[in-house]
Amino acid sequence: MLYVVIIFLCLAILLYLLLGGADFGAGIVELITPVKLREKMRTIAYETIGPIWEANHMWLIITIVILFVGFPTIYTVLSVHLHIPLLLMLLGIIGRGTAFIFRHYDAVKDDMQRIYNIIFTYSSFITPLFLGIIAGSMIAGEIDTNATTFYSGYIQPWFNYFPISVGLFTVSICGFLAAVFLMGEAADKEIKAAFTRQAKVLNIATVIAGGIVFLAAEIEGISLMRELVTNPFTLVILLLATASLVLLWYFLGKNKKVLTRLIAGFQISMILFAVGLHYFPDFIILKGGNNLSLYNSAAMGKPIITLGWALLIGGVFIIPSLVYLIYSFQRNRSVS
Amino acid sequence: MEDLLAARSQMALSLGFHIIFACIGMVMPFFMATSHYKYLKTGDLHQKNLTKAWSKGVAIFFVTGAVSGTMLSFELGLLWPEFMEHAGPIFGMPFSLEGTAFFIEAIALGFFLYGWDKFNKWFHWFTGIVVGVSGLASGILVVAANAWMNSPAGFDYVDGKYINIDPVAAMFNDAWFTQSLHMTLAAFAAIGFAVAGIHALMLLKNKNKQFHWKAFKIAIVYGGIAALLQPLSGDLSAKDIAERQPAKLAAMEAHFETSKSAPLLIGGLPNEDTKEVDYAIKIPGALSFLAHGDFEAEVIGLDQIPEEDQPPVLITHIAFQVMVGLGMIMMALSLLYFFSHWKNKNWQTKRWYLWLFVLATPLGFIALEAGWTVTEVGRQPWIINGFMRTKDAVTPMPGIFYSFLIFTAVYVSLSFIVTFLLYRQIKAVPTTYEEGKDQKKALTPQ
Ligand code: HDD
Ligand code: HEM
Ligand code: HEM
Repeated sequence: MLYVVIIFLCLAILLYLLLGGADFGAGIVELITPVKLREKMRTIAYETIGPIWEANHMWLIITIVILFVGFPTIYTVLSVHLHIPLLLMLLGIIGRGTAFIFRHYDAVKDDMQRIYNIIFTYSSFITPLFLGIIAGSMIAGEIDTNATTFYSGYIQPWFNYFPISVGLFTVSICGFLAAVFLMGEAADKEIKAAFTRQAKVLNIATVIAGGIVFLAAEIEGISLMRELVTNPFTLVILLLATASLVLLWYFLGKNKKVLTRLIAGFQISMILFAVGLHYFPDFIILKGGNNLSLYNSAAMGKPIITLGWALLIGGVFIIPSLVYLIYSFQRNRSVS
Repeated sequence: MEDLLAARSQMALSLGFHIIFACIGMVMPFFMATSHYKYLKTGDLHQKNLTKAWSKGVAIFFVTGAVSGTMLSFELGLLWPEFMEHAGPIFGMPFSLEGTAFFIEAIALGFFLYGWDKFNKWFHWFTGIVVGVSGLASGILVVAANAWMNSPAGFDYVDGKYINIDPVAAMFNDAWFTQSLHMTLAAFAAIGFAVAGIHALMLLKNKNKQFHWKAFKIAIVYGGIAALLQPLSGDLSAKDIAERQPAKLAAMEAHFETSKSAPLLIGGLPNEDTKEVDYAIKIPGALSFLAHGDFEAEVIGLDQIPEEDQPPVLITHIAFQVMVGLGMIMMALSLLYFFSHWKNKNWQTKRWYLWLFVLATPLGFIALEAGWTVTEVGRQPWIINGFMRTKDAVTPMPGIFYSFLIFTAVYVSLSFIVTFLLYRQIKAVPTTYEEGKDQKKALTPQ
């Protein structure tokens, strides 16, 4: 059962990054869209993301629940030492979720719309930034459970080059995913071209940000790059991801909706997969080396068993209905 | 402000905020399904417009409920890491099932809100029901988790370790049923009265009478039935607590000294220094009867509880009085409604009649918050009743006061915006859904 739980955990994280990422990304794309196109772009974003918005952020909640039920030490260490970035991420989640709905459901369209838009776009930036910072901190090895000062206990773990570079990387991934996604939905030529251009720009930004991550890792003395490249397995995965870049650019030009999405999703999954595989089963790298792994922090016995069953049973209900939801709205859109 | 106090205040604020939206998510889908059903059966356009008007309101509330709930799942760890480290695996079962319930709710809501005229009408109606049922299920599940904190079960506590964990036994702890029942009724009562009150106000303003009258009726029937059952279920809860948490009962009733045929106090200001209650009306023997079903029975007082295990008496007692008092008022109003419905329809058009319901708009919510105050403050100083103290569970991170300030600012602004949006929605009703005229416009999906 432990493996069932671990698979669900990885799946939830991946889906949150992909689906939730496209969702955050919509705000980032909006931020860099020329003002005259923004109104149209908002409509498209609302129509495509609106129906699944709620379901997207559920992946985050599932992740949290799996952590506190199945891996309580991991959840506790994260919430104690990364309190500040978690809090900032939460503020971002509140801001964008509420602004997204408020701006659509406000019965009167007036100056308030400007305020909603500002909150929406900026919190769309802040949320993935801190999400990435948190992810980066988990492997940066600066979390010190025996810290004695405020700085070393609660600031140092996340406030250094590596996590921040991962944060920026996450922001560009989200923007990129959203641009690729929205591109396929736009009927209007002008908008479609704008999204395609943005997908390209954001793809380049992602590659650059990825480079910065490796650089930051070197500066902080995290041997991520070298190890990923020397392990043949992860090397192959990374090469595949890189190779698919070429394909992606080719299809971006050809306006292939499904293929571009698949490739974009593939790239991001591969990066996550390579890093995950490299660290597995470790989940949090602690200062001093007593790492928290998915094995040593699991609440073995009945908690994991019942959690596994709950997830399996839930999956039986959720996955088909989610697929049906996405499918029926896609079909409805293409009909209309 | 001390960190522990700040953390407690932040938790109370977040939960007190979330519960309002959670109740809306649990109850409004049933109101909508009712009007939607009436529309599908009779083709009455008012009912259709009502369904749509309500669902717009619900979308605003739903997102606020979702984000505040998401914050809560993080806050449990941010504020009470020591508690979560031990309690997580034990009381996690309802939370992991709740995840499924939320998911289904979110998916069904996607179908419901965005699916007008896109699907088979009965399938569309059914998705609305699914939203309601899964919302209700998630409410019951979290309350079961909270009930575990009051009545811990499903583990052995040996040398400071929690072993032999059984999450299923933990979920079906002794308190889960009474608490969930009472909470579910409370949600229906609170939302029923609030919605009825808003539509009563519109009726007083003579706007769209037919529309608002239909809305009022649906809301008050749900709310009224719940409010009639509420005291019965509350009595079950009280009997349960007398067994399980005598300290809480004693604090609720400001019962300082253990005694036989204990009196029930109505009102009164407990003085924790002199251990006296001033200005209370005493009904002899009634407390013994309510707690144990026997006018002679002995009721444990605070004198039998060690000083360091006593909950704050003043807050718990007042909160309890508020809840029960308001519960009685709501019960009386429900009786008034059902009486007027069967015996005297005339009254229903009178201004005094509508004003009574307008004034009752916030009562359910106040009772709800008061009830939670009883449950949570009455459990102090324990976070897991009898096993872990709140002060031992709080995060080691200093400066929680600042996080409390931030959260307060966020919740205050969200409340303002939501109220403002709702006000605009309600104001827009006559223009969007003008009676007779413009029916075509009202028919087209947004
Ligand atoms: C509309 C709201 C409402 C109304 C009218 C009432 N209650 Fe209540 N009460 C709640 C809303 C509530 C609540 C907020 O939902 C609580 C908090 C925890 C819970 O499960 O329900 C609660 C808790 C609660 C508890 C504590 C349960 C525990 O700690 O485990 C008792 C003993 C009562 N109630 C008793 C009553 C009685 C005798 C009422 C008589 C009229 C009453 N309540 C009306
Ligand atoms: C939504 C309705 C609820 C409200 C209004 C509410 C209210 C409160 C209040 C007022 C406190 C502070 C008590 C004090 O410190 O004096 C508190 C504490 C707390 N509540 Fe609740 N509560 C609710 C439901 C829940 C649920 C469902 C859970 C968990 C499953 C929960 C978990 C906690 C925890 C962990 C604390 C902090 C520890 C403590 O003070 O005992 N609460 N809540
Ligand atoms: C008695 C207390 C509670 C009740 C009755 C309750 C009920 C609900 C309901 C019905 C919803 C659906 C959202 C909506 O319709 O607006 C919801 C949302 C949520 N609640 Fe609570 N809840 C309670 C306390 C808590 C606590 C203590 C937590 C965290 C540990 C929590 C976590 C969540 C989460 C994560 C969501 C968002 C799910 C979504 O996106 O739909 N709730 N709650």
